[in-house]
Amino acid sequence: MPKEKPKNNVVALRKVPLPALEDMAALWRLMLLIRRFEEKAGHLYGMGNIGGFCHLYIGQEAVVAGISSAQAPQDTVVTSYRDHAHMLACGMPPGEIMAELTGRATGSSRGKGGSMHMFSRDHRFYGGHGIVGASTSIGTGLAFAHKYRGDGGVAVAYMGDGAANQGQVAECYNMAALWGLPVLYVIENNKYAMGTSVNRGVAGELYKRGEGYGIPGAQVDGMDVLDVRAAAAQALAHVRGAGGPFILEVMTYRYRGHSMSDPAQYRSKEEVKTYRTERDPIAALKARMLAAGAEEEAFKAVEREIKEIIAAAAQFALDSPEPEEGELWTDVVVGE
Amino acid sequence: MTTQTQTVREAIRDAMALEMRANQDVFLMGEEVAEYQGAYKCSQGMLAEFGEKRVIDTPITEHGFAGLAVGAAFTGLRPIVEFMTWNFAMQGIDHIINSAAKTLYMAGGQLGCPIVFRGPNGAASRVGAQHSQCYASWYAHVPGLKVVSPWSAADAKGLLRAAIRDPNPVVVLENELLYGQAFEVPANEDFVLPIGRAHVERAGADVTICAHSIMVGKALEAADALAADGVGAEVINLRSLRPLDTEAILASVRKTNRIVIAEEGWPFAGIGAAISALVTEQAFDHLDAPPARVTGADVPMPYAANLERLALPQAADIVRAARGVCYV
Repeated sequence: MPKEKPKNNVVALRKVPLPALEDMAALWRLMLLIRRFEEKAGHLYGMGNIGGFCHLYIGQEAVVAGISSAQAPQDTVVTSYRDHAHMLACGMPPGEIMAELTGRATGSSRGKGGSMHMFSRDHRFYGGHGIVGASTSIGTGLAFAHKYRGDGGVAVAYMGDGAANQGQVAECYNMAALWGLPVLYVIENNKYAMGTSVNRGVAGELYKRGEGYGIPGAQVDGMDVLDVRAAAAQALAHVRGAGGPFILEVMTYRYRGHSMSDPAQYRSKEEVKTYRTERDPIAALKARMLAAGAEEEAFKAVEREIKEIIAAAAQFALDSPEPEEGELWTDVVVGE
Repeated sequence: MTTQTQTVREAIRDAMALEMRANQDVFLMGEEVAEYQGAYKCSQGMLAEFGEKRVIDTPITEHGFAGLAVGAAFTGLRPIVEFMTWNFAMQGIDHIINSAAKTLYMAGGQLGCPIVFRGPNGAASRVGAQHSQCYASWYAHVPGLKVVSPWSAADAKGLLRAAIRDPNPVVVLENELLYGQAFEVPANEDFVLPIGRAHVERAGADVTICAHSIMVGKALEAADALAADGVGAEVINLRSLRPLDTEAILASVRKTNRIVIAEEGWPFAGIGAAISALVTEQAFDHLDAPPARVTGADVPMPYAANLERLALPQAADIVRAARGVCYV
């Protein structure tokens, strides 16, 4: 399967030189951490240790890895319900995320949020939102706060191809452009809004939807982490420099169903297989690193390290107690 | 206590201006709040004093700016979001409930949302069904929100200042018809009212009348009429709907043994219904008559003047209900 052919972008993305091997290694490590975390989450879901909705990021790792690698420390992040990877990329401890998935007192929301509702002000991660499209408005508000405080930060607001059709997204494009808000809208186009393919749900091109507002946009291959990283760096530079929004549509693919309860019968097995075998972002980066002189043993060491991290996170998530019953009544309002 | 005479709209403006002078993180956004000085002139002079960074005209885009303000509040800023009326806030209600009210809980307490949503609520005059709805019971239903509903200028000033300082999302239900009414307001610079406390506007021994917002005035009018007939009505201005000052209501009912709840909203699952349940559950043995509710008619608001008057609870309806529970 050939590489995603870039469309005629509203703004042209420059070709950039290959990053240093150690930078590529960091990207590879993060993508692998996300994949193994999600595989374990899927396993625990199957065992009945995780309940409710659980949306896995497997296949999309290059998006968040590439974008986060281009961010500055003061930047903030918000996303929708497929959020485990974004939290890992923000540096939240895997054990706390996994323990939230199992609904335990040691989870990042003390077991009261679940898969779709996690936050960490310390890591500048503002959720984890279960309502499709909400992350866009909230992210525009994070950008408003960056500008209000003049802290030089950019808000990275992720949404899916489905969310991009919400009315509030158009409302936010308008306000962000009007007020020059520092926000990078990242559209993770994984081709399916739950079971509705973009062909059936999206008119026109998502990255061009800012044109009428004067917001530049670009589309990039989301199965190639180096392309994502380069595009994100340019988009973020634009946001910081011009002091206004940018729309980056990242063409990606989820290998699993929309959520754990989705058998994904709306797409062919061949399509999934082709992406898995020919476009996998982790395998692709490894091949490029090997070609650039990386040693096979280095990959094995990272595999071992991550295996231990994930095993420890899962053990922590299973060993931790459920919240105490009194927790039912806490955190409803501040100060009571 | 020294007081000054102020209209409700002046009190609202002063409350916002005082808090904005005290805290750089407070800002006002909404439709027509800046250049136009507020659709109902509640932000008169604020653009001139605070500048366009902190007094922000939004496009007509309630869903978007409600969510934007919530995002800003997550970072610790303290937005005051004005809805031109609460009817239009239905466009943004998802962010008020799903994003603002629930996040503290969903985050295990680590991320709150200090924000104020305010604007006129309920019926104005002859503006028809889509501009004349009371949202009191809608928002008072939601854990994670605080809801206040001021009547007088002092209520408006004291409760709005408390709302802006509160670390939680607070819904402030104002009333367009009250904006131009003048009241005595404490002149003290530090004047603030606690959220969650009702106020006994008039003491009486025979029947309790609970009301909020514009119905407080009608309840006082009813109390005058009842007094002329020798019935002593105690009028409780609820001020805060969530949390509700249940102790004040119960204490009054234990004294008068009768209660009438007046509200402009629809009867089903309304504020009156909740207070009826409260007194029957917690003061049943003190009641000498079933609680009576005076509510808006259970219909969309009609336009015709005579029908609108019929749809809205009047002082005479409160008098009738009070006589009913007193069996006179």
